[in-house]
Amino acid sequence: MSELPLTRNVRPDRSPTDLAAYEANGGYQGLRRAMAGMSPADCLEVVKDSNLRGRGGAGFPTGMKWSFVPMENVSPGHKYLICNADEMEPGTFKDRMLLECDPHQLIEGMILAAYTIGADVAYIFIRAEYLKAARLLREAIAEAKIRNYLGHDILGSGYSLAMHVHASAGRYICGEETALISSLEGKRANPRAKPPFPQVSGLWGRPTIVNNVETLCNIPHIIERGPEWFASLGRGDDAGTKLFGVSGRVNNPGCWEMPMGTTIREILEDKAGGMVAGYGLKGFLPGGGSTDFLVEEHLDLPMEYETIGKAGSRMGTGTMIVLDDKTCPVGFVKNLIEFFAQESCGFCTPCRDGLPWNAQVLDDIEEGRGTPEDLDTLEQHISYIGAIGNTHCALAPGAMEPLQSALKYFREDFQRHIDGGACPYREAH
Amino acid sequence: MSEQIHSLPADAMVLSDAEIAEIDAEIAHAPYRAAVAIDALKIIQAHRRWVSDECLEALAAYLEMPPAELEGIATFYNLIFRRPVGENVILVCNSVTCWIKGCEGIGAAVSQHLGIEPGETTADGRFTLLPITCLGACDRAPVMMVGEQKFEDVTVERIPAILDHGEGATPG
Repeated sequence: MSELPLTRNVRPDRSPTDLAAYEANGGYQGLRRAMAGMSPADCLEVVKDSNLRGRGGAGFPTGMKWSFVPMENVSPGHKYLICNADEMEPGTFKDRMLLECDPHQLIEGMILAAYTIGADVAYIFIRAEYLKAARLLREAIAEAKIRNYLGHDILGSGYSLAMHVHASAGRYICGEETALISSLEGKRANPRAKPPFPQVSGLWGRPTIVNNVETLCNIPHIIERGPEWFASLGRGDDAGTKLFGVSGRVNNPGCWEMPMGTTIREILEDKAGGMVAGYGLKGFLPGGGSTDFLVEEHLDLPMEYETIGKAGSRMGTGTMIVLDDKTCPVGFVKNLIEFFAQESCGFCTPCRDGLPWNAQVLDDIEEGRGTPEDLDTLEQHISYIGAIGNTHCALAPGAMEPLQSALKYFREDFQRHIDGGACPYREAH
Repeated sequence: MSEQIHSLPADAMVLSDAEIAEIDAEIAHAPYRAAVAIDALKIIQAHRRWVSDECLEALAAYLEMPPAELEGIATFYNLIFRRPVGENVILVCNSVTCWIKGCEGIGAAVSQHLGIEPGETTADGRFTLLPITCLGACDRAPVMMVGEQKFEDVTVERIPAILDHGEGATPG
């Protein structure tokens, strides 16, 4: 059994780990190590060498992202580190576990990340409904300040950092990093054009890094144990461990830390316990609501960024949503498209008008009013809205991923709705 | 919205001392007053459950921003309420995993038990029913919240006990 650093303080009853328990289990050793003699450049090298990739969905190399923050000849003013704890991707429930069970792990990771990029202010942007997590984080920040892990002259290093919790008011698009920055500035959460990238001009026009909760939780362990150790945790090309989750009609839905490169079959069968009796596996979204369907033939693939990408989908958040054989694929995709249509910020036309159009077509098909031309309409939207570059941000292309792959794998089901003038799953569901 | 509002400096008096104190605490670490717009809307809502036109205009004046801009922000976010809500807002998740697990039946059972449709408030002012996007507890679907409490593995049969007695609640 390989080591599972992220969840070492997660107890079966999911009670929170306070400062004393966190320290007793080796917590804040990474921070002590860095403050005692590692420069920001040293920390950056370690994180770069670790090959840690962002765990929020895009999988961008974390060290490279940080390296774009200007470190010399910076105009006077703040630099910011933001933790993206706006976990709103349908089917995703991994960051909640880290936030509720081990808030100090995140705070230590954020202090180290902020130190590396030279930020003096850090924010945790947390979704509105995570009330318990927000309370625990505020308490943990207060505890960390008392021990001088936060605040002025941290552990005598001369480095100072302020940390604030911002609870959102609820909108999926806030998870997009430039929209998150707009929202943190008190505005409507419209994404911004890039460039300029946030690393150079982010929050209030200052250099800013936005990282996902799980990404930041890896940092203390990487700083303390080093990049070779981190690489050794993964089974294949990708370094480290990952939180994988499964929801839907499986026997044991849940979220588990496992090595990168664990096969989908192990996650679905060994951890999630396979399908509930009477239900078969029809397909699954490997990493949340905006990833393409995979099917049974993909079960033995390892969960790795490149492998899942080559199979036609994305690792995304690593939390799978299972489509069983008694649930209508058209209804499943309709539910997702309605979500994305509702949560569109409304800034660009393909997303604002295109997603409701798709939702209407899917509703027509699901309710038995579909025509053969409707499938052509969906295909046109997929090629138009689904292409990155035709929309202002990645929301609408992401929304098209489950739809395009449903048409690829389950086209027969769409056709049966149209031919029969009714949803064939209605009785079974 | 009234044009007169801008010429009434006493307008901020609509907001209570407690609200002003909390908003000031946010302004203290913001680069300019309007930057705390969302925090301030949430503060007002925590005190009054919703944000009335009167409060919105007063807040805009206090944050030195146009009321229309603040209205644009308030209406953008799902959980800023610009109409009165009951003592307990019920949020029934309608995203994909909860849909697979029967959230439509859960929502209907809540509607039936309370005699209200989504978006409505009970006559006694106790409950408002709203749909919500994925609540991030998909391993325990279907999921709903009532006020600050979360309810997991919800069944139609449990709805009366959940609504009448809060049975089976865990902190949100």
